[in-house]
Amino acid sequence: MRRVSVILLLAVVLIAGCARATPTPLAREQATAASPVTEPEPNPSPTAEPALAGRITVAGSTTVQPLAEKLATAFRAANPNVEIVIQGGGSSVGVKSAAQGIVDIGATSREVKDSERTEFPDLVVHRIAVDGVAIVVHPDVPVDSITTEQVRAVFAGDIASWKELGGPDRPITVVAREEGSGTRDFFQEHFMKDRDILARAILQPSNGALRTAVSTTPNAIGFLSFGYLDDSVKALAVDGIQPTEANVYGGTYTAWRYLNMLTRGEPAGLARAWLEFILSDAGQQIVTAQGYLAVKR
Amino acid sequence: MQRRCLIDRLMQGVLLGSALLSVCIVLMIGLFTFLQSRLAWQSIGPVAMLTGTAWRPGSGRFGLLPMIAGSVLATLGSVAIGVPLAIGCALFVAEVAPAPIRALVRPAVQLLGGIPSVVYGLFGMVVIVPLIRRIPAPGNSGYGLLAASIVLAVMILPTITSIAEDAIRAVPREYKEGSLALGATEWQTIAGVTLPAARSGIVAATILGIGRALGETMAMTMVIGNSVVVPAPLTQNPLSIYLSPARTLTGNIAVEISYATGLHESALFATGVTLFVMIMVVNSSAHFLLRSRSR
Amino acid sequence: MRQPALPRTPSTRLRPRRVLRQRLAFLFLWMAAAAAVSALIAVVAFVGVRAVRVLNIDLLLTSPAGGLSGEGGISTTIVTTLYLVALTTGLATPLGVGAAIYLTEYAGQADGRRKPALLLLSVARFGVETLAGVPSIVFGLFGYALFVSALHFGFSLLSASLAGACLILPVIIRATEEALRAVPQAYREGSLALGATQWQTVSGVVLPSALPGIVTSVILSIGRVVGETAVFYVTLGGSSDLPRSLLSPGRTLALHLYSLAMDTRAFDKAMGTGAVLVLIIILLNAAISLLSRHMLRIRG
Repeated sequence: MRRVSVILLLAVVLIAGCARATPTPLAREQATAASPVTEPEPNPSPTAEPALAGRITVAGSTTVQPLAEKLATAFRAANPNVEIVIQGGGSSVGVKSAAQGIVDIGATSREVKDSERTEFPDLVVHRIAVDGVAIVVHPDVPVDSITTEQVRAVFAGDIASWKELGGPDRPITVVAREEGSGTRDFFQEHFMKDRDILARAILQPSNGALRTAVSTTPNAIGFLSFGYLDDSVKALAVDGIQPTEANVYGGTYTAWRYLNMLTRGEPAGLARAWLEFILSDAGQQIVTAQGYLAVKR
Repeated sequence: MQRRCLIDRLMQGVLLGSALLSVCIVLMIGLFTFLQSRLAWQSIGPVAMLTGTAWRPGSGRFGLLPMIAGSVLATLGSVAIGVPLAIGCALFVAEVAPAPIRALVRPAVQLLGGIPSVVYGLFGMVVIVPLIRRIPAPGNSGYGLLAASIVLAVMILPTITSIAEDAIRAVPREYKEGSLALGATEWQTIAGVTLPAARSGIVAATILGIGRALGETMAMTMVIGNSVVVPAPLTQNPLSIYLSPARTLTGNIAVEISYATGLHESALFATGVTLFVMIMVVNSSAHFLLRSRSR
Repeated sequence: MRQPALPRTPSTRLRPRRVLRQRLAFLFLWMAAAAAVSALIAVVAFVGVRAVRVLNIDLLLTSPAGGLSGEGGISTTIVTTLYLVALTTGLATPLGVGAAIYLTEYAGQADGRRKPALLLLSVARFGVETLAGVPSIVFGLFGYALFVSALHFGFSLLSASLAGACLILPVIIRATEEALRAVPQAYREGSLALGATQWQTVSGVVLPSALPGIVTSVILSIGRVVGETAVFYVTLGGSSDLPRSLLSPGRTLALHLYSLAMDTRAFDKAMGTGAVLVLIIILLNAAISLLSRHMLRIRG
């Protein structure tokens, strides 16, 4: 009897010991150069305090995610006692989790829908950046330009071969985002209008996953946020206009939307400070550096 | 003496408490899932849900047929590839293999069973999908049922093998010796005596494998393409249905749960219940099959 | 049969078709085994070879650079995995083992007069058997709707460990029950006959002999938690930072692998993470086989 309790006790102590002991070396590494993490008091008091401390959580659009991460890093550099946790999920996750208080701030790459406004009336929208949507293909596709009508025909399944777009006679593989995606909603509204994206399209749950799928699937086509463009995929000119920042600013490339941060009610405390930082010059410089466009005010 | 009895009472209470709590948790999970799905069954209707071919939560259409078809076809594919291999493997390890090779194959199969499913998903994405893409068929992107079936087949192989092996080993030696003594070859003995005697164990193993295949989630989202479409053959050859992309019931839940609200969320719970019922049906039909045969 | 030839000495007098059939069948069996082994070698070698390029101490000791770059190491995900293992097994083990002890040692030994105990037993058996066959994503669905959403725990270690505990609870109950039932009835009778109370019998006689089996079940569930993705994908959130409290989100090794594979092009890093995962599983397997050997030695 003694033996068992001793063994069980030992096991419990071991487990507890592991849990307590392991994080130390890593936690030290984690705490960036700055002061030893004085555990922030878990009182998110609504009044803004002079020394910012505490935690905000952000979830939603994977288009906003990499930008939000950079913005958080910069904000944290100035306020070392602040923790900002950023998660993806998609724009609809952003709306829902902000509205239900699962997170402090929800991120979307589309406007809040009317249905969502009626369901969650206290959502407040903060526009933080402008982002274009590019039509991307696998780098080996020898096509450089496409028209809006062709985009619609390809994604609706009317055009099935690259031959009809001036390429070789190879079947087109359409890659799209899943339904909760703000980028998909925007694409649907801007390019597809009343046509549906063909059912057989490969669906990916994030911008990153879509980029991976297009860059590894020959003859693939998809749509991607400007912030994700890199050399692994080729962005097509739409109606002869290259998808660049200059062309969005110039008003010729029309496939762009606002990126938003949502709060439940007017933001207070840390959330407000961070949103103010994002809209400051320093914040907007980060926005442009990441391949997105600053908000015109 | 008093103290002993007190401790005894106390411990009985504690243990009873943990038993009650566990049972409550177990029941709560089932009840909660069923209750959450009620809204969807009521407002959409079971028939419309199970036979609807369009799943567009944005426009309020919740048909589960594409996902049911995806799950069933992927599982059938994995069974077609995985079960013969697994039973072959089990027979090999239990009856045929020389000792040193057995010592090699067995831990290998065990290890195969321990590898996390995402690792298989990754392997499928990076190796199997590009290989399948080489099959010439219009609309074949590599992502699809075949990739899913192959990945699943590897995943269910160890489960089936180890249980089938136990069943084969449990066949009394006398059966085999009797058969061999009558002049049957080893293979005749295996096919005519050992396999029939181990039948129930092998069926149970297969059922477990099917359950695992139906329940696999993340690896599926990595290789199956996630398209909401009832799979259809891409060419004249009906087998080319396996080149079609699809979506599984499990993948449907995983991809959409975090942004679902209201009816959509309830419909995802209904997806879970459908999955659960499918697994129950497979399990109980196997029980039924075994019982009616043994009579 | 005129020639009672032993099958082990292939004789030309055996009918060639039988021999041929056996040859073919055995060929198939060899090929099946070869296929299984080569599948293993393919997966492990493929992951291993590509992992070697990135697998070093730096990978293990630096934290991931951020969600989508694929840069950085896996340190925080290892720690998060440890946290989650400790929390889930910490929650589920006492509960599951306690429940199993009650079910086998008290309810299971009860006579016909104690109806409630027997009812509890049959309800528990049914529930546990059923849940053991339920796919993990259903636990994720449940955990998301209840812990993340309804109880407002958010995407957090707390939500994930509660959902994870629900996932492994049936596993632990079932395996512990089996281990307890394997203890010979005579042990219990002997102890009770010497005047020990029921609890003294359980703690002094039954549990020690069942301990290796119970520990095996815990190790099995640790393996389950380490390899699980679906449940934690919908409850843990996926932030690559180190969780600071129970309410922080996090990312386990398996989730990190998923995210690297899906969202980035850092396939090598994904393979490295996969290799670490496989190594952990190998170690856990080794622990189990050591335990079962130990168990055999004790039982003689």
